[in-house]
Amino acid sequence: MKILVAVKRVIDYNVQIRVKEDGTGVVTDNVKMSSNPPDDNAIEEAVKIKESGKASEIIAITVGEEKSQETVRKALAVGADRGILVKAEGIIEPLAVAKVLQKIVDKEKPDLVFMGKQAIDDDCNQTGQMLSALLNWPQATFASKIEIKDKALEVTREIDEGLETIEVNIPAIVTCDLRLNEPRYASLPNIMKAKKKPLEILNASDLGVDTAPRVQQIKVEEPPKRKAGIKVANVAELVNKLKNEAKVI
Amino acid sequence: MPREAMDYDVVIVGGGPSGLSTAIKLKQLDPELNVCLLEKASEIGAHILSGNVFETRALDELFPNWKDLNTPIKTKVSKEKFLFLSKTKSLSWPTWLLPSVQQNHKNYIISLANLCRWLAEQAEALGVEIFPGFPASEILYNEDGSVKGVATQDMGIDKDGNKKESYEPGIELNGKVTVFAEGCRGHLGKELIKKFELDKGKDPQQYGIGFKEIWEVADDKHEEGMVMHTAGWPLDNNTYGGSFIYHAENKQIFLGYVIGLDYKNPYLSPFDEFQRFKTHPAIKKIIEGGKRISYGARALIEGGLQSLPKMYMPGALLVGCDAGTLNMPKIKGSHTAMKSGMIAAETIFEHLKNNNNLSVYENKFKNSWVYKELYQARNVKPSFSWGLILGIIFTGLDQILFRGKLPLTLKHKHADHETLKSAKSMPKIDYPKPDNIITFDKTSSVYLTGTNHTDNQPVHLKLKDPNLPINYTLEKFDEPAQRYCPVGVYEVQKENGINKFVINSQNCIHCKTCDIKEPSQNITWVTPEGGGGPKYGNM
Repeated sequence: MKILVAVKRVIDYNVQIRVKEDGTGVVTDNVKMSSNPPDDNAIEEAVKIKESGKASEIIAITVGEEKSQETVRKALAVGADRGILVKAEGIIEPLAVAKVLQKIVDKEKPDLVFMGKQAIDDDCNQTGQMLSALLNWPQATFASKIEIKDKALEVTREIDEGLETIEVNIPAIVTCDLRLNEPRYASLPNIMKAKKKPLEILNASDLGVDTAPRVQQIKVEEPPKRKAGIKVANVAELVNKLKNEAKVI
Repeated sequence: MPREAMDYDVVIVGGGPSGLSTAIKLKQLDPELNVCLLEKASEIGAHILSGNVFETRALDELFPNWKDLNTPIKTKVSKEKFLFLSKTKSLSWPTWLLPSVQQNHKNYIISLANLCRWLAEQAEALGVEIFPGFPASEILYNEDGSVKGVATQDMGIDKDGNKKESYEPGIELNGKVTVFAEGCRGHLGKELIKKFELDKGKDPQQYGIGFKEIWEVADDKHEEGMVMHTAGWPLDNNTYGGSFIYHAENKQIFLGYVIGLDYKNPYLSPFDEFQRFKTHPAIKKIIEGGKRISYGARALIEGGLQSLPKMYMPGALLVGCDAGTLNMPKIKGSHTAMKSGMIAAETIFEHLKNNNNLSVYENKFKNSWVYKELYQARNVKPSFSWGLILGIIFTGLDQILFRGKLPLTLKHKHADHETLKSAKSMPKIDYPKPDNIITFDKTSSVYLTGTNHTDNQPVHLKLKDPNLPINYTLEKFDEPAQRYCPVGVYEVQKENGINKFVINSQNCIHCKTCDIKEPSQNITWVTPEGGGGPKYGNM
């Protein structure tokens, strides 16, 4: 079994996001970038499956600028066998990524495609679902547990009401939740080995995918500053304020 | 289980200007050498914090064509000012009356973090293996006592010291020579200085704490290339320190404050002095209406030549401020750190080729321009132990009239942890509350540093005696850790009427001030899990 895992390079989750003065986006200059955290879970799960003998190859893929290679290298350092960078510039929307992944799936013929449930930069949570539609494959989103059955997966999903367990036939798309596993550290010898693993670089345009945005971004602005809180004397006052001042109950 | 080991010709600990210059110079001298460099930050540059007005002398030697290489060195110093501040007034000191070491017209305003990132790119292109996110936590010794290499930190240990599921053991990196380039108060450098008595016959090392904020300001407040320094208010005559205000590219202002850690009043809060400094009318007008986008702090070396330890030992060298090569009156250490690394590289190259003794490093260092600089600078900092006014008068004579050639060398008499007076004998200081426009509290400041340490790992700030803070330091000095820590790691909390000493180690920005200033030397800074600490951008 072959697993394709999609990863994304995003602003590190510890960095305080700043909006550009002209409202065209957020500041990325001089900002630490990292791999998207749920994508780390996706890679970890693929590596665990391979270690259990149920997968033979893991391919890590990303779509983005040249520097996104770092994110693929990190995946290689924790156990992916080879990497693919599909180069594309500017804002790349989920649909464009899904179309690129569709082309790669056609070429590589994986049995499973894993990725994070969403990216922490745009919080779209769309790519997996769109890819599922494009390929006409079943999808299991927000996975917090994956069990491999014969030609099927039993997946536990994190949903608002609690946990839902579903079965999907292979080939399938799985988007991974942070609860799925604890990603391992890349060890120093493995980082060195990862530098020598194959990493193929393609252009989105060569795959025949137009990655130009379909959505026009009008303005990015900071959320309004929160006002300082006040202390209330008792429950009656709280209820009164919620009712008459905040008008929320 | 034995740890995995890897052998290199040279192992370098620390990816700052000195370590990276060592690595680059080594590969320039012999491309065949196997060189690796460890860095505790998640990426090169993320733990670097510096003013920085950069003198290019060392870089000119390392890369004579650096101007063609797209370096992040863009802003030439175009204008200089020096102000003496009183509480409400400022007196501009003519720059021609400044000692030549404080004249900057040939220098550049840079982000040292970005310069390190650039140096790391050059080093990698030359074949240096750089491993960010891997702190060297332990020194390895050969049977004959010489340094064998270092071991990286184990990953995936929980707060009680047990192995987690993700446990990944550290690796032993053995070098024919190991170079320690951890920066000021490196925790391994500290161990080596003690073990090999490298500071024997030297004055106690002197330190300062430096703060830096980056502000984005309006066009009309910004004069790219302008360099301004101040002395005086808010510090009193007996406390050593001053500010810097550098107008960098992209409408950014690098604004900072340095305070000598030999201050005496335990109630003094370096952080609050810095915040208060910004309310001075001459400073406030520059940043008013602007936005603070970065904050950070780091201890720096101030001891100069008198405190510089021996920099070689069997199997290893100390470079940069792990030894202490900063030039205090120049307020610069990047060029001297780089040069010390380059000299180390030449020494190691000859050592590996001809089996020359590493002690050659000392002679090479003494014959270099770094030594000349440090020699001329040596009397400035100690003269300020007489107070700001006498210090300035003496420095004027020493630096302008005699150009550092006075036939006497002043001594540093005390280590910084010995200078605090008892709380009872010193006045309390009433700092104004932050307005959240110009001045801020520690909580909102640490937020800007992007600092994080993985939860559930051992506390990396170790107390030799866990009861000392409450039983002794609180009573005698009102526990100054609450104030000298620039991010509020240390707190004294009252729980059911009982005082408790709390260490919020996840906020630690690795400045090392506690390790230096704790009056009983009760706090030891050790490496946390790799990648932890601040994530500075262009600091």
